[in-house]
Amino acid sequence: MKAKVYVNLKSGVLDPQGKAIQHSVELLGFSGISDIRQGKYFEIALDGTVDQQSARESVEKMAREVLSNPIIEDYRVEIEA
Amino acid sequence: MKFGVIVFPGSNCDHDAYHVISKHVGQPVDFIWHRETDLSTYDAVILPGGFSYGDYLRAGALARFSPVMNSVKKFAESGRFVLGICNGFQILCEAGLLPGALIRNRDLHFICEHIHVRVETSDSPYTNEMKTGTVLRIPIAHAEGNYICDDNTLAELQREDRIVFRYCEPDGSITDAANPNGSRDNIAGICSRERNVLGLMPHPERACEDLLGSSDGRDIFRSLAATVAAAV
Repeated sequence: MKAKVYVNLKSGVLDPQGKAIQHSVELLGFSGISDIRQGKYFEIALDGTVDQQSARESVEKMAREVLSNPIIEDYRVEIEA
Repeated sequence: MKFGVIVFPGSNCDHDAYHVISKHVGQPVDFIWHRETDLSTYDAVILPGGFSYGDYLRAGALARFSPVMNSVKKFAESGRFVLGICNGFQILCEAGLLPGALIRNRDLHFICEHIHVRVETSDSPYTNEMKTGTVLRIPIAHAEGNYICDDNTLAELQREDRIVFRYCEPDGSITDAANPNGSRDNIAGICSRERNVLGLMPHPERACEDLLGSSDGRDIFRSLAATVAAAV
């Protein structure tokens, strides 16, 4: 079983790295981009001894308490069997 | 009176803080390794600057889980003094001992230069030897010093007079140009509701000797020492 956690800055939180990346991408000639936001992605391998529901609960807790800072970031958890 | 300087893997201003306490404050001071948990003999602890855990994940995020941090929380709850400088400020925010967060500087750069901060309140253990409005020239050295908080938190900080330092011009005026990193409301340092926990991005420990370009930082340590002396 594998968990995927996506962590992104909340909308409204300044992302100067995303802005710099957007600028570079536009210099390459890509147009029509209204915004780029940089985030983090975690893959967590689970040993399969827990069921999907409790796996989700523990990964949600992990995401909330460690992987993200709830003041500035949102997270999303996906569990793959 | 006894001070402690907490050493995380990656702290690099620990010796500066130790030097200032022993030489300029003239008080006993220990290094405290982050795996230690007994702070019972200390009156004040400093979380120094640096790059604890290499800034992995987020600045200060992993140091928060060091064994010593549970003791630092209890230490703060007991009313004793906790001073977080730069990475120490980031750790205190991640640990929830201070509100808000420190994100990437507005202009992305790592900034290392002397700036000016204004003492916004003399009603703190760290500024009570100074007058409100005093301008200090102190260096900053950070990439993630952009202080951010929600509207409610900002209003609370203002209402409770907990904004201790703000970035300012040399004459003390608060302008956007004097804000090096984009911090909300030019905030450079805040204290806890009980006022015994202070976090600030500038490095007063690097501004305690004229040879280093400024000795303005001494007044912060002098205030703390006077407060501790009165408390013990």
